[in-house]
Amino acid sequence: MTYEEILYDFVQKDDRLIVMTAENRAAIRNLPPKLGKRFMDAGICEQTMIGMAAGLALRGRIPVVHALATFLTLRAFEFIRTDVGIGKLPVILVGGVPGFLSDGNGPTHQAIEDVAIMRGIPGMQVFCPSDAEELAAGMPAILESGRPCYIRYYAGPAPVKHTTPFELGKAELLGKGSDITLVTYGFLLKEVVKAQVILEGKGFSVGLINMRMLADADKAAIISAGKSTKLTVTIEDHFQTGGLYSIVSEAYMEYLYENDWGFSSTNIIRDNPPNKYNYQEDFRLAKVFPIALNQKWFKPALLDRVLDYEGFTGEKLAERIEAEFLKCK
Amino acid sequence: MTNQTKTELENLALKVREHIIRMSTDGGCFIGASLSCADLLVYLYNNVLKVSPKTVSDPDRDYLLLSKGHDVPALYGTLAEKGFFPADRLKNHLHTNDSIYWHPNRNVPGIEFHSGSLGHLISVAAGIALDIKIRDGKNKVYVILGDGELNEGSVWEACLVSATQKLDNLVVIVDRNEFQANVRTEELQPLEPLGAKFSAFGWSVRRINGHDFDDLESGFSQLPAEKERPTVIIADTVRGKGLPSIEKRADRWFVNFSHEEVDQLLKELHGEHKTVLTSETLMVR
Repeated sequence: MTYEEILYDFVQKDDRLIVMTAENRAAIRNLPPKLGKRFMDAGICEQTMIGMAAGLALRGRIPVVHALATFLTLRAFEFIRTDVGIGKLPVILVGGVPGFLSDGNGPTHQAIEDVAIMRGIPGMQVFCPSDAEELAAGMPAILESGRPCYIRYYAGPAPVKHTTPFELGKAELLGKGSDITLVTYGFLLKEVVKAQVILEGKGFSVGLINMRMLADADKAAIISAGKSTKLTVTIEDHFQTGGLYSIVSEAYMEYLYENDWGFSSTNIIRDNPPNKYNYQEDFRLAKVFPIALNQKWFKPALLDRVLDYEGFTGEKLAERIEAEFLKCK
Repeated sequence: MTNQTKTELENLALKVREHIIRMSTDGGCFIGASLSCADLLVYLYNNVLKVSPKTVSDPDRDYLLLSKGHDVPALYGTLAEKGFFPADRLKNHLHTNDSIYWHPNRNVPGIEFHSGSLGHLISVAAGIALDIKIRDGKNKVYVILGDGELNEGSVWEACLVSATQKLDNLVVIVDRNEFQANVRTEELQPLEPLGAKFSAFGWSVRRINGHDFDDLESGFSQLPAEKERPTVIIADTVRGKGLPSIEKRADRWFVNFSHEEVDQLLKELHGEHKTVLTSETLMVR
């Protein structure tokens, strides 16, 4: 089923659903005439649409709102945080053309801090489907979660055969590797899969984690990969700050702290850790290499050219990862 | 309106003002804005809104949302007097054992939604009104905005959308006390002709004296004013109303009075004398 079909199906079987848009109908082109009163186009008023969605949710509705990711998350941010977040209301926020998908539009349209700010809202879920199949697979659980969720909308064809059923807060493991684990989400999965194939062709053992959700993020999957591999690579079309790389860093620190990896209030690492552990062996975690947009907006152009220019094609990713792996060996 | 009813309303408003004044010490409160909308809230909860402590969760109740959240002491006082919660709880103002603080939140019975950030609740109210329309409900949604709040662009977005959606069950009340936080509205960002602005956005406009119960009665009678149009009631009010020593003063927005001053202000409220405020009570937030 397509995203539209799933929404239509839900509208019919669950009278709580209301579909809204701030004059962005790309994902729901065929729905308005079918939905009648259960559809509302607020016009180019992202803030007001979110406020109204909060009002509808207060009356027991589950509003699914649509707008371009950048205007939805940034222009209406305070409404999302204040009305939906503080109100703990089950509003589903669907952001179109996130990350590289805004291709030639320029920095005004680049939603590449959306994950950081959305996951910064307590209780907010962040779902980053890697294709139409995964989007469809995740929608039922998201709609029934009773919590707000930001969906980094992408509905392209599936680059892999998904074998793990969708579960809230769980990543999908697409192969284990003893040398390198690639961790990614959303649209970039297809390039990362290409990189995985290239690297394996060169004799490296390469695992792949498709995160699916960045809030609640599957930190157990990150730690598990960190323990069993030499290099973890985070790949995302997002600023390096606040996205997947930050999530992995946080997961590492939490893991080390929980396992008494020698932290105290005065010293980061104690001079003389207790002898019960062999730290090098027991708590060794893979190095982490971030591939992200570090303190920069990306060069606006057609999507394929953007990927090439910024070094995010499968081939270029493989080159960058191989070079890093050889360095850290 | 009968003289007897008017006397009842006036007595109730006095009690609400006493609550507000008592909340203006030990941390203080936004007294000026609270006093300007006290009569409005008293009139609404007494004579207009179909809501009571028993129907506070009924989907067919009337809703009142306070978008200019800093005047919540007036709402706390009104709700307490109408039995939504015991007035004793107001003593917990700014204590961690309760949720009675400078802006509204849903942990206080009768409060529909939180606010504090201006320009939010007209759109939330529009969402509630839209749902009532979809379900063919007969209840109404009232939302109180400050006049300074009209600076926020989101207010006018919501005005456009509400008119387009024909939300004639939505009533906006502007507490037109002519002050922003620290200066007069007309000095900073002139709003007049205010009625014409709403009218141009497709709203029915009424303008009343927000302290005159006869005027309030005519303002809130027979709503919606026009079918298929949202209504705005511009209530001309006086910041600090009821306390001549602080009325219409720019430096009496947020105050934290001494206990002695509170005692004097309570007497002043009952017309016994005019308080001479000596301590430094001006606070700019």
